[in-house]
Amino acid sequence: MDTTIIIAIMTMGGLGFVFASGLAFADKKLRVEENPLIGKINDALPNANCGGCGCAGCFDFAVKLVEGNAKPNGCPVGGEETTQSIAELLGVDKGSIIKNVPVVLCRGGNKEAVNKNTQYIGPTDCKTAIHVSGGDKLCLYGCLGGGDCVSVCQFKAMYMNENGLPEIINEFCTGCGMCAKACLRNVIEMHPSNRNVFIFCKNEDDPKRSKEVCSVSCIGCGICAKKSDGGIEMVNNLAIINYDKLDLTKIAIDKCSTRAIEVINSKSIMVN
Amino acid sequence: MDLLIIFISAAIVNNFVLSLFLGICPFIGVSNKTSSALSMGMATTFVMVLTAIVSWLLYFLLLVPFKLEFLQIPSFILVIASLVQFVEMVIKKVSQPIYRALGIFLPLITTNCAILGFALLLSMREYTLIQSIIFGLGAGVGFTVALLIMSGIREELELTDVPKAFRGAPITLIIAGLLALAFMGFAGMI
Repeated sequence: MDTTIIIAIMTMGGLGFVFASGLAFADKKLRVEENPLIGKINDALPNANCGGCGCAGCFDFAVKLVEGNAKPNGCPVGGEETTQSIAELLGVDKGSIIKNVPVVLCRGGNKEAVNKNTQYIGPTDCKTAIHVSGGDKLCLYGCLGGGDCVSVCQFKAMYMNENGLPEIINEFCTGCGMCAKACLRNVIEMHPSNRNVFIFCKNEDDPKRSKEVCSVSCIGCGICAKKSDGGIEMVNNLAIINYDKLDLTKIAIDKCSTRAIEVINSKSIMVN
Repeated sequence: MDLLIIFISAAIVNNFVLSLFLGICPFIGVSNKTSSALSMGMATTFVMVLTAIVSWLLYFLLLVPFKLEFLQIPSFILVIASLVQFVEMVIKKVSQPIYRALGIFLPLITTNCAILGFALLLSMREYTLIQSIIFGLGAGVGFTVALLIMSGIREELELTDVPKAFRGAPITLIIAGLLALAFMGFAGMI
């Protein structure tokens, strides 16, 4: 019995050694010389593999950079430092971009949005909530309050506040956009960080129902769009900002009865 | 004649994918495009022929004489894993586009049950070395044929109006089942 085990171990060990040395030899003969720059750039990247650049991962992005199919400023996570070091490695000018940051376009928290007067006990994440008659709020367009966006954030840049709405900590946010993808109601959108005026509502109901379901909804009255020269368009009872034509001086922001449109103090985060 | 029968049997009558249901993962996974299906089939055929030679030598020259047949599964896995590594290196050296098209499925040949099943069948049937090589070639060709048929159908399928619930994997599985039924027609041939 003992000898059998020893023989088995020795046979497998011997076979493993033979094949390993064969592979080591083949590796020497068949090695493909990779551009050493790829490895260096890969080291300079954050290696979070978040996919924020649109590539399959940091290594893929590095390959594309070396091939010239991506720009040094393509990594939203690394910020200025990474852009700088990539530009140095590649020996090119760094481009300048304004970072995209997520904005939560719903203010209907537990206080503002009207509840269905139901009690639900069970998993509280958005994916479940949307199947159980679309969450516990009457509004079918707003934040579900389950925090799916918070749980996908790799950088701990989000939390749910006491009103049941997600909040973004700008200092930690890298702009990878995972929260916007995770949001089932598309309440979180990615916007350039120098934008400061938003419609904080997604409700497409008619004015009467809009008012019933939430106290801070866009009721679709169109007062903000009236003299905006196309800066704001009314689509399905909802004001949509056309940022290309937007002129803040022409918009009657103060007239909005529910304060659904608002200018916020923007923290312009520039990546030079 | 004997060799021809072994070849036809492995390639068509006892087709690894559609009759023995081995190697379903790449059959579903890499059958999107005809080009990548062809290269996957060729890589698998290559690995199978090499496996046939190495595992035959290993089994009949080392394991049987020393009465170590109980080690056949781990040692075959070892053989397959090293061969796949080797094939990966060769493909990476020879053709980058094929290497990228195969992607994750190339390392996955390591755990492709078609190859291990093939090696085990080989030792079970006690073929000679030449017969094993022909068997490997036949099995590989059969695998490639199955993949090519499937990819051809799936390329056509992209242009058709499939009911929403059946799009993607479900319709693929239904087609795989129908193809398997069709291949049952070869059953009485040999």
